[in-house]
Amino acid sequence: MTDYNQSNPLADLVICACAQAWQGDGEVLATGIGVIQRLAASLAMVENPDLMMTDSEAYIVSEPVPLGARHGYEPKRETWMGFSRIFANVWAGQRHALVGPSQIDQYGQANISALGDYVQPKVQMLGVRGFPGNSISHANSFFVPVHSKRAFVPNEVDTVCSIGYNSARLPQGMSLDDIDIRLIVTDLCVMDFEPSSKQMRLRSTHPGVLVQEVLDNTSFELLTDEVVETPAPTAEQLATIARLDPNNLRQKAVTAR
Amino acid sequence: MNKLKNLNAALAVVESGMTVGIGGWGPRRKPMALVRELLRSDVTDLTLISYGGADVGMLCAAGKVKKLIFAFVSLDFIPLEPYFRQARQNAEIEIMEIDEGLMMMGLQAAAMGSPFIPTQVGLGTDVVTRNPDLALIESPYADAVSADEKRQWLAMPALNMDVALIHVDRADARGVCQIEGPDHYMDDHFARAANHTIVSCDQLVETDWFHQQPNAVRSVFWERSCTNSIVNLPFGAHPSSCNPLYGFDAAHFKHYAASAKQENGWSNYFQEFIAPGEQAYLDKIGGAEVIESLPLPIY
Repeated sequence: MTDYNQSNPLADLVICACAQAWQGDGEVLATGIGVIQRLAASLAMVENPDLMMTDSEAYIVSEPVPLGARHGYEPKRETWMGFSRIFANVWAGQRHALVGPSQIDQYGQANISALGDYVQPKVQMLGVRGFPGNSISHANSFFVPVHSKRAFVPNEVDTVCSIGYNSARLPQGMSLDDIDIRLIVTDLCVMDFEPSSKQMRLRSTHPGVLVQEVLDNTSFELLTDEVVETPAPTAEQLATIARLDPNNLRQKAVTAR
Repeated sequence: MNKLKNLNAALAVVESGMTVGIGGWGPRRKPMALVRELLRSDVTDLTLISYGGADVGMLCAAGKVKKLIFAFVSLDFIPLEPYFRQARQNAEIEIMEIDEGLMMMGLQAAAMGSPFIPTQVGLGTDVVTRNPDLALIESPYADAVSADEKRQWLAMPALNMDVALIHVDRADARGVCQIEGPDHYMDDHFARAANHTIVSCDQLVETDWFHQQPNAVRSVFWERSCTNSIVNLPFGAHPSSCNPLYGFDAAHFKHYAASAKQENGWSNYFQEFIAPGEQAYLDKIGGAEVIESLPLPIY
């Protein structure tokens, strides 16, 4: 059972870190798929009301909808946004999604489709869903709840669902600069891609996490030139998160080691 | 034109080897009663096009699927559809795995009689490498930005289909269909893409109902000329949702998912719920009272 009073400092920390992904974004649709991801998008929209969000069903809302049981809250719907219209928004590039893939590789290519052999997968997962279109159309960020070598795999992910900074797969006539992967947040750290080399780099480690621990749990090299500590949530952010998560769904969304 | 048919007569057009599109999305407003009737038939060797949920899982479990064209198969709150998963992990079906939006473009191309729609969606991913039939083309026009090499585009082929199966809230016997819920998903594109569209409805109404509900006419998403058959099947989306009439049946989906882990699980599920027919199905579920009380999902 969820203990409504049990706090989860790691969840609050990664929600605030993930919310940074939308920093500087203007009037784009902020989509967070998953508990941490959606709370992060919600927090980002509270801090930047120009962002747009949906009720995760079929409408754009004027303020983020608290997660789970509504306790009488009515979403403040302002625009119909069914799935067919989502694609119009995606293809126009007016969106930044934060998603939670099962595998990520050195190029930022991600997998939610299948593990192992493609013809006969060891584990069939969801399918590519909207990852191919999202990744080539608009900005994307990732959240990984357990930073491990199983998540950050060597070479390439088993099924490449989203385009990354991989010259070998770059479509003819496109540049790596056309691809926009922003932040990768995990239970250990925050990473991004160095703009010129497109190499994944460690930006910050969470309090108490050593750089070596991140490297030991990643199957490929990371740039580690300027690593700081992930900033702690402010009191205001904590209050906002608590208001947006009245059912404390974040308590079990990520677990400290 | 009176398009009202009984379940059996409406589905008589479906033959083995056909391509069948199925409306809805995951566990939402799936034409499950139509799917159950397909499961009772001897039709096999189907190519399915679906934003998949238990429709795909059940047809895979029954061995009726030759090929699946999909972007995902999921029950949302049970992320991994158990029988689809088995079919893939046992390499029992051919697949064409594409992006959700690419599927929409394929349906639109079929609807407009165009062989393909050019797009950047799918480029640089395994959608291209795992589907060697997908052609990459250059624009016949000059690129807007001059480049040393012209940009490449994916030519998403039309997803033509013999039959589409769709469930709606309300319809009249002439094929005017209303979807009252928050999203009609890609159902209008399916109705337009198919050579023959079979629609089941929760409520069969007289045409006059629409005259009395002018706002409801805004939620009629295709013309009656796109509908070939209407089947009156109250609660025909169960166990998927038909918002706002009823939510999806989480307990039933759990029972269904659990069956996949049991020996003869599918066979038992089929005998218990599907083989005895639709009236027996509704009685077994608990009838109108139980289904109408299924809470609408909160996402």
